[in-house]
Amino acid sequence: MTASILTVDDSASIRLTTRVALSNAGYTVTEAVDGKDGLAKLDAGQFDIIVTDLNMPNMDGLTMIRELRKLPAHTGVPVIFLTTESDAEIKQQAKAAGATGWLTKPFDPESLVKIVRKVLGR
Amino acid sequence: MSFPDPIAVFRTEAAELLEQIEAGLLDLNVNLGDKDQVDTVFRSLHTLKGSGAMFGFDALAAFTHHCETAFDRVRKGEVPATHDLVGAVLEAKDHMRLLVDTPTGDHEAASEALLASLRRAVDGAGVPEAPAGPSTTRYTIRFSLPQDAMANGTNPLGLLDEMRDLGDCRVVADRSAIPPLDQLNPVDLHLSWTVELTTSEPRSAIDDVFIFVMDDMQLEVTEVQGEPQTSAAPAEAEAVVAATDPAATTPKPAAKGPATVDAKAAKAAENVRVPAERLDELMDRVGELVIAQSRLSQLAGSSGDLQLRAVSEDVERLSGELRDTMMVLRMVPVTQLFSRFRRLVHDLANETGKVIELVTEGETTEVDKSVIERLADPMIHLVRNSCDHGLETAEQRLAAGKPAAGTISLSARQQGGEVIITIKDDGRGIDKDRVRAKAESSGLIAANASLSDQELYQLIFQPGFSTAQQVTNLSGRGVGMDVVKRTIDALRGTINVVSRPGQGSEISLAIPLTLAIIDGLLVRVGSGRYVIPLAAVEECLELSVEEDMRSRGRSFISLRDSLVPFIRLRDLFRTGTTPDPFQKVVVISTGSERVGLVVDQIIGDHQTVIKSMSKLHHDVGTFSGATILGDGNVALILDVGHLVSEGQQQEAQLRAAG
Repeated sequence: MTASILTVDDSASIRLTTRVALSNAGYTVTEAVDGKDGLAKLDAGQFDIIVTDLNMPNMDGLTMIRELRKLPAHTGVPVIFLTTESDAEIKQQAKAAGATGWLTKPFDPESLVKIVRKVLGR
Repeated sequence: MSFPDPIAVFRTEAAELLEQIEAGLLDLNVNLGDKDQVDTVFRSLHTLKGSGAMFGFDALAAFTHHCETAFDRVRKGEVPATHDLVGAVLEAKDHMRLLVDTPTGDHEAASEALLASLRRAVDGAGVPEAPAGPSTTRYTIRFSLPQDAMANGTNPLGLLDEMRDLGDCRVVADRSAIPPLDQLNPVDLHLSWTVELTTSEPRSAIDDVFIFVMDDMQLEVTEVQGEPQTSAAPAEAEAVVAATDPAATTPKPAAKGPATVDAKAAKAAENVRVPAERLDELMDRVGELVIAQSRLSQLAGSSGDLQLRAVSEDVERLSGELRDTMMVLRMVPVTQLFSRFRRLVHDLANETGKVIELVTEGETTEVDKSVIERLADPMIHLVRNSCDHGLETAEQRLAAGKPAAGTISLSARQQGGEVIITIKDDGRGIDKDRVRAKAESSGLIAANASLSDQELYQLIFQPGFSTAQQVTNLSGRGVGMDVVKRTIDALRGTINVVSRPGQGSEISLAIPLTLAIIDGLLVRVGSGRYVIPLAAVEECLELSVEEDMRSRGRSFISLRDSLVPFIRLRDLFRTGTTPDPFQKVVVISTGSERVGLVVDQIIGDHQTVIKSMSKLHHDVGTFSGATILGDGNVALILDVGHLVSEGQQQEAQLRAAG
């Protein structure tokens, strides 16, 4: 069974890259353009993993992660956030909000797939 | 699965981001304390850097990084926003555009210079690189994860699997902390593990396994010397990563901008971005449909089959609606166009030392995208001209009793099938005497020729015409205005100039809303059929035999007490046929100039899908394109601008001849 992934990013080009990389790796990809949209997509379906940007208009990634952790239906769903900051504080905030892991931008498609594989487990 | 070219997507996005950055910076320049704009600029820089690096625009990413860092400090309140800083980033923004357009070019020196000035504007701070760790072979690893790790998506089995991937592995789980079943929450984690790992991977590979949980977990990695032991003592701990108290770092509340920002973003999210060429394809198809539909109408009309007629009328209505919808799809607000002038005027004010304010109105007016793109250059010329020639210096203005700041206003409004774009300044106005003197000296007009104001102003659009006494960086090189005229002509638009000495001048561009389909008047000349753009048609009248006879040799008709030159299309096209007994005159105009076209028959209005002429016919002046008629024949579309100027020349020659 192919794992299904929700990607949340306000940048069309990043959405495109992640979509290409992940669908080439055999995953099913659903896209959302910001935190609000992400929660709406979560409302409508189940995902095996969520990949989200933090810095987004409308609803940022941290808020979305906090909100989704309140939803019993999505307990334990891994959440990977994308960040350009190597800043430990941001990571700590995201972790406190309930994120599982992160990927530092810029990333190449392979490292994205690697991280997704890592977090999904075998 | 096929995807659009990511590089192209990135370029489009980068262009938008750069525009946002520029708009944000310009707003910031007006109000340095505007926190929202600082955030907007920062976010755009941030995204530009992130996606730039991802698509291999390394120079762009590296360069943008410094600007982002600077803005991050502003955002955090470490550095105040200053005009110097905003100016430096504005210049840097232009450089970023260059880095997007030509990523492989040699921009290093320019980058360095800009960064130096940025550093002068803010104190730059270097970021030290993190050193890498050494590697060994045998470890004892004890670890336990936070209780909520599983709820937050970490799978401990995955971590163990990853360690098994590193090498030979023995795992022992400590189950002592598991509570009685009735107190057990299935998503809580109570286990801890001891792992003995033999690996050729470096030490950092173990850290990589735990990278995401490192900060919240208990992890003890011990390098074991010699033979593997059954139960390793925690001696010689190479690294003990203690858990940090999650409560110590209070998460920042996710405060966001005001509700209006939310609404704007929501609106953007509902949009679908489509490459313009796909719209063009769709437009082509709609065009073909319109042609097929008019064939159907013709068939239905001649068959007398009532049912067929009913269907044909339905198809006609639907294709008309489809066409209208299609037009709307291609429309974009002129905001896009106007917003670039804020920067231009800002720069021009700096270069000329004048104080210039830009006022825009009617930004929501919508125009076909391809029209907008082609309007940019002529408008830049006109605005430059206004800033350079039109507006006076602050001292001159004060002396003339005007406010020190000059105003350039751009406005757009729709009027019928046209959009009127006006570029207005409150400067000194066009010096008619100088225009006349210049035109006479360069032989454009005869000395003492009697010209209306409008005719006089139109002279500034002649090639090689410039009244500037000094050539400046901005304008006055005599190129530009004729290019403006040519571009507007190509858009089938007209230019109207109004000027009041000492009060300023106003140049209006009237441009058709769309380029692809026009309403035309279908006429017959000899055996050929031609289309005249309906927007240019003023009236149709009959050329009486007397008038025809009287005007032989002198091609003028009198129209409500004014003489209008006319062109016999039958002569122009050399049809060699005998004229119809009752010839018609179609009076067409561009702005203030009129000319009559004598045709054999007026067939009626015709919705025309414009097909451009081949390259071979590029320089044919009389026609601007072609269209396919309902019966499959081709009709040429007359170039109104060209015919009118031809008619006017004819008039001028006659006047000169006396």
